[in-house]
Order: sequence, then C-alpha cells, then structure tokens
Amino acid sequence: MSSDDQGILWEVFIQVKAGRPYKHVGSLHAYDKEMAMKSARDLYTRRNEGNGIWIVKAEDIVSSEAIDGEAFFDPSNDKVYRHPTFYKIPDGIKHI
Amino acid sequence: MKNELIDYCLRLGDSSLILSHRIAEYCSKAPILEEDLAITNVGLDLLGQAENFLNYAAKLKGNTTADILTFKRREGDFRCLHLVQNPNTDFAYILARQFLMDSYHQILFNKLLNSKDETISGISKKAIKEVNYHLDRSSDWIKRLGLGTTESNDRIQNAINDLWMYTDELFTDNSTDLSMDKNKIAPLSSSLKKEWSEIVIKTLKDSEIEVPKDVHYSLKYGKDGFHTEYLGYILAEMQHLPLLYPDATW
Repeated sequence: MSSDDQGILWEVFIQVKAGRPYKHVGSLHAYDKEMAMKSARDLYTRRNEGNGIWIVKAEDIVSSEAIDGEAFFDPSNDKVYRHPTFYKIPDGIKHI
Repeated sequence: MKNELIDYCLRLGDSSLILSHRIAEYCSKAPILEEDLAITNVGLDLLGQAENFLNYAAKLKGNTTADILTFKRREGDFRCLHLVQNPNTDFAYILARQFLMDSYHQILFNKLLNSKDETISGISKKAIKEVNYHLDRSSDWIKRLGLGTTESNDRIQNAINDLWMYTDELFTDNSTDLSMDKNKIAPLSSSLKKEWSEIVIKTLKDSEIEVPKDVHYSLKYGKDGFHTEYLGYILAEMQHLPLLYPDATW
C-alpha cells in the first residue's frame, strides 16, 4: 500500500431519529462498503448523533457544480410565489 | 471469598486497562486516519470497562480508589493477562491481540451476565454491547489481512503464531477461578475454552490462517501476579506522572 492509497471516498449521511431526514455529516475513506459503514459508525455516531447511517460513494453523487450555475439557479430568484408562503397555516399543524 | 472476588475484579479491570494503554500508545500511528479513530475508540471502551471493574475492586477493598489502584500499585499486585501486555509490534500484532482478546471477552461477559454478583453482571451487561462490536471489527480485519496479499497473510500468520501461546492463560484455572466458580460469581476459565476455540478457529480457517498448536508455557501467569518483561515498562510510563506530581489535577 502506498502512503496515499486510502481507498475510495465515501459521503456519510446520518439520521438523528426515526422519521427524520438523513443529513450529510462528512466523508471518509474506506476500501469497501463494510469498512465504510464501520468507519462511519466510529467517526460520526459515537457521541449519540443518530441511529441511522447512509453511505454513498462520492463518485456516484451527481453534483450541480458541473452545470452552468446561472442558467440553473438564477431564474428562480424573482419567483418568490413558488414558495407556499402566501397561505395562512391553520392552528394545530406541526412540523411545517 | 472477598479476597478472591477482589482478585477477580483486578484481573478483569487490569486486563482491560493494560490493553487500553497499549492501544493508547498506538494513537496517531495507524495506517489511515479512519482506522486510527476506530482503534482508539475501542481503547476508550476498554478504559471504561477497566474503570468499572477497578471501582468495584476499590469499593470491596475499602480506603482506596480506581485511580490509586491504577497509578500507585506495584507490578506484582497487577493481575492482567500476559496476552494484553504484548507490544504493538505491527498492525497485524495489534489486530491479532485484539481479536484473541475480543473473542475471549465476548464469551466471558456473556457468561458473567448470570453472575450471582449484581455489580459484575451489571458491568458485563454494559460491556457486552461494546465487545460485540469490537469482535465484529477485529474479525473483519483478521479476514482482510488473511485473505489480502501474500505479505498481509504472512504478517497476520506470524502474529497469530507468536501470540497463540499467551491464550493458554485465558483458560487456565487458579485458586481465584475455583473460588469464583464455587460461589457462582464467574465460570471456570477452563470452561470457556471450547466455545472460544470454535469461533476463533472458524475465523482463522475462513481467513486462510493456520491454527497454531496449544502450549502450556508457564506455571505462573499474569493473573497470579507474575508478568512478562513488558509490564514494568508499561507501568513506568503509565504511572510516572502521578508519582512525580501527586497533587496534579486537570
């Protein structure tokens, strides 16, 4: 093993508790998914940060960076009405 | 019986303590960052287990604490197994030592869940979850090294060959074992051998590692207070700060 051969780059997502979304927390290097899962557990969950882990090979993630940012995002700048913020939210509705 | 119970708690506590110290020595030296954190986490788990057993030993002894037992005891009063005293020769030795100990801990703590002593069964209940993960991790590495390259197989085979004789102590009964068994506090060490051999031999064979021959190499072991040449150096390093600065706090 050469000194810079640390395996594949993986991105790690943690779920804080059941029902909540998985959130990106960081990345790690590992040679395969079993090792990646163990390392994710040791790096990102041992302070009780969550009880669900997703790991994804970084190279499998399609990122918007590669695409022209202006054409992609700018047209939505002046279209605030696309957010459902003009409605009154009835009392008693939680988690919105 | 109380003296034997103290002796038994020291054996469990000291073994986890010294293994955790060996792992602490390795901190920042693992081949990759992820592995460094993972093995250090295992060391911290072991330190927690050591603290629990030494707290209990201190309580039974009276007029002492786990810290005093750790930092102000002579070598001959330690009861740690020879296996955990072995040095961090290389990554394969570290993982082989860990695997042999993790598999022993898993079987032992499972049996100790039924101990008549509630403190011991309580500590074991907490420890078993940690130990299951430790064994999962170390067996995984045994397989990776065994089935990896010719060099990794050579190295792990070499480490298993060198460390195998130290497993004899794990299954040899002394007077403390006899007393613990009689009082239903702990099983005889010799009674753990069969189950241990099954899981260890299976993992080694699956990893294309040859199983060495058993050797009964000493009449007195770490659990009798007779130690390898390594323990004195470990204690010298571990104890020198509190001995030089007895009032130091942080």
